[in-house]
Amino acid sequence: MIRDITIGQYYPVDSPIHRLDPRVKLSGTMLFLISLFVFSGYLGYVLAALFVGIVIKVSKVPFRYIVRGLRPVLILLLVTVLFNLLLTREGTEIFSFGFIHIYDQGLIFAFLMAIRLVLLVIGTSLMTFTTTPNQLTDGLEKGLRGLKKLHVPVHEIAMMMSIALRFIPILVEETDKIMKAQQARGADFESGKLLQRAKALVPLLVPLIVSAFRRANDLALAMEARCYHGGDGRTKMKPLKYKKRDAVAYLILFGYLGLVIGSGFLF
Amino acid sequence: MDTEKKNRDLQECMVLDHVSYVYGAGTAYEKYALQDINLVLQKGEFIGLIGHTGSGKSTLVQHLNGLLSPTSGHIYYRGNDIGAAGFNKKELRSKVGLVFQYPEHQLFETTVVKDVAFGPKNMGLPQLEIDMRTFAALKEAGVGEDLYDASPFELSGGQKRRVAIAGVLAMQPDILILDEPTAGLDPRGRDEILDRIAKIHAEGNRTVILVSHSMEDVAEYASRLIVMNSGRVFCDGTPKEVFEEYKELEKIGLAAPQVTYLSEALRADGVALPYNATTVEEARELLLADWRGGRG
Amino acid sequence: MKKRMLRTDKLVFEYIRRDEEGNVEDILRALDDVTLEVQKGEFVAILGHNGSGKSTVAKHINALLSPTEGAVFVNDMDTRDEEHLWDIRKSAGMVFQNPDNQIIATVVEEDVAFGPENIGVPTEEIWRRVEESLTAVGMTAYRTHSPNKLSGGQKQRVAIAGIMAMRPDCIILDEPTAMLDPVGRKEVIKTVHELNKIEGVTILLITHYMDEVIDADRVIVMDGGKIVMQGTPREIFSDVEKLKQYRLDVPQVTELAYELKKQGVPMPDGILTIPEFTAAYAAAKEKSFSGKR
Repeated sequence: MIRDITIGQYYPVDSPIHRLDPRVKLSGTMLFLISLFVFSGYLGYVLAALFVGIVIKVSKVPFRYIVRGLRPVLILLLVTVLFNLLLTREGTEIFSFGFIHIYDQGLIFAFLMAIRLVLLVIGTSLMTFTTTPNQLTDGLEKGLRGLKKLHVPVHEIAMMMSIALRFIPILVEETDKIMKAQQARGADFESGKLLQRAKALVPLLVPLIVSAFRRANDLALAMEARCYHGGDGRTKMKPLKYKKRDAVAYLILFGYLGLVIGSGFLF
Repeated sequence: MDTEKKNRDLQECMVLDHVSYVYGAGTAYEKYALQDINLVLQKGEFIGLIGHTGSGKSTLVQHLNGLLSPTSGHIYYRGNDIGAAGFNKKELRSKVGLVFQYPEHQLFETTVVKDVAFGPKNMGLPQLEIDMRTFAALKEAGVGEDLYDASPFELSGGQKRRVAIAGVLAMQPDILILDEPTAGLDPRGRDEILDRIAKIHAEGNRTVILVSHSMEDVAEYASRLIVMNSGRVFCDGTPKEVFEEYKELEKIGLAAPQVTYLSEALRADGVALPYNATTVEEARELLLADWRGGRG
Repeated sequence: MKKRMLRTDKLVFEYIRRDEEGNVEDILRALDDVTLEVQKGEFVAILGHNGSGKSTVAKHINALLSPTEGAVFVNDMDTRDEEHLWDIRKSAGMVFQNPDNQIIATVVEEDVAFGPENIGVPTEEIWRRVEESLTAVGMTAYRTHSPNKLSGGQKQRVAIAGIMAMRPDCIILDEPTAMLDPVGRKEVIKTVHELNKIEGVTILLITHYMDEVIDADRVIVMDGGKIVMQGTPREIFSDVEKLKQYRLDVPQVTELAYELKKQGVPMPDGILTIPEFTAAYAAAKEKSFSGKR
């Protein structure tokens, strides 16, 4: 189950999107998210969907793989749709049963909201599909460099993030293993009242935390042995340098944003 | 199924009938982890289960206690289909005890005794019975009394592992499965654990299944070897029968113990050995016989 | 002329356990008067049980621990000297037991680059070193893979490449195969031997598997924090009695020859391979029969 989640997983192919500077992708994602909330007309939706479609095409990430990533947010999607359906009291009523009243505007709102959400999730997951966690943290580290003057430990935060990303899959696997081992001793994680269930988690959580600490210890030692001593004096294998293509990408991005904002005035 | 077969099955511990297990069925990632496994595991056997990482041995043992369910095929425990509706899986897990790899990683209680009691407690036994089983299991697994009230996290690697094995023994299983119980231990720790397992097998009238990478270890302890390769049973027989086929084993990247190769080399040299040895002790007896015979 | 890579001089290390008030509760002498020397280009194996002190020696050479008494010198630099800390770690790299817990990056090549990045190697040079190191351990095909998808043996080879990229004179491997399956173990040991022969890297292999020390130039056996045996593999395996006393393994042929000798068959000591055994057995028979005639 947990292994099916594709959100946040890097998809290793070589594409123009993959080659972009992570700062472009970070700010691009931000701009895209903003764009989703500034437009009001239908054209905006078309533009945003078109934009995402083109980016997917260029990124060479299979569409099916992206759709699979939507699965975990399905419940959130359903809830939003339901709320919009049931709570909107505008337009003409098209369906009514007991306390349930559905209006045509509600239907439209629900539909548009769903599209907005799907675009939002796809937009952000495209960033993680095309950017390795390391590039992402590098991008954050360099992009937020200015904060260092305010004594924000930018390098340390970035390092922590990349280590977390490296160990999440390992800990997920470990959770699965410990769970099975405790089930083999008759542990029951599935039935019982809430309190019982919470109690049943102790045999899972204690070993998991112990293991996480052991790994942290080992890793700290290994990093020290490899001469790690913070961010000072470090060089980079892949230093971030803006290239021509990044400038082009920024141009396209702002062009898209302009179009979306402009489309609001058209209709 | 005819009644005769059913009756025979009842006395046997476990029967696997055309068992297959597929990962990601129906997708592009579909992969057979187990393919058409047919096995009869008799009561009281000491079975060595060998094969490479990814050969399906871990998947197989997780089927035996119902942690995984076959995609197709059936598993019978004492004549009952463990996949049938209404079959008590929780009880099965106490009857088929599975000790995972690095079992010390599952310890969580504040004292050794409490941790070992976890299994029997989950079975809903009365307190007295829980205590009796806990202390019996600790003794059987060779955990010293001075450690009973210690925190399991303060023990040495070998001690922790014995406590974890006790945790499974406390459920008093008929079948004890150990997934690479010697992984990561030094030779001393390894010998201690293996001797302990042999003792548990000899005294407890249990079926023991030892999952291992070491041919030398299984040759010494097991009475039957099951070799797995790419999700299938590659061969199944006594250690002597299996290692006789060492050339076949090499084809799947496994090998016989060194003394088996030595026996072959000696025979090529003209030493008349009646058969190939699989343990050092056996080789010693064969060579001494040859030596004395040759001089006589 | 051979040059000295590292040396420990009467090294003593004590773990001190303190109670909650900071009073000394317990002193454990993990290393007791350990003096050893390793020459450049040598392949030295340290054999011993958990708790024999072998890993503690390794951590001293990498300056992860500092001696209680005595001293450790790497390339004639004293490990207690803070000033040389990074130079010491650069020249004596260390590979640990758990392959998962020493890989930092999420892409193989970026992990190999971690060491050089830390010591400020310029970007172009990092790329060259990553390329060379991955080639040396035979992992070039996996350079853009995620470490999570690799086998244990492959992960250890990536970890070794990460050390090689710092251009060390010496690599210390602290039980690098303890958590691997037989295939992974072979892979790693073969890689280490290649680095020693082709790249001329000094190797200090710490292990409890006897079959991994047979091809070493020299074997050191540790027990209870002390060096108890030292010599070529053949010298070490000649004394089966003593190895059994430390409850260490010997190859099956070595043990068999020793058992036969005990029963009166005139087999020589220190047999390590099957051909050696068959030749020795044939010779013993020959001698015995001709003696009879």
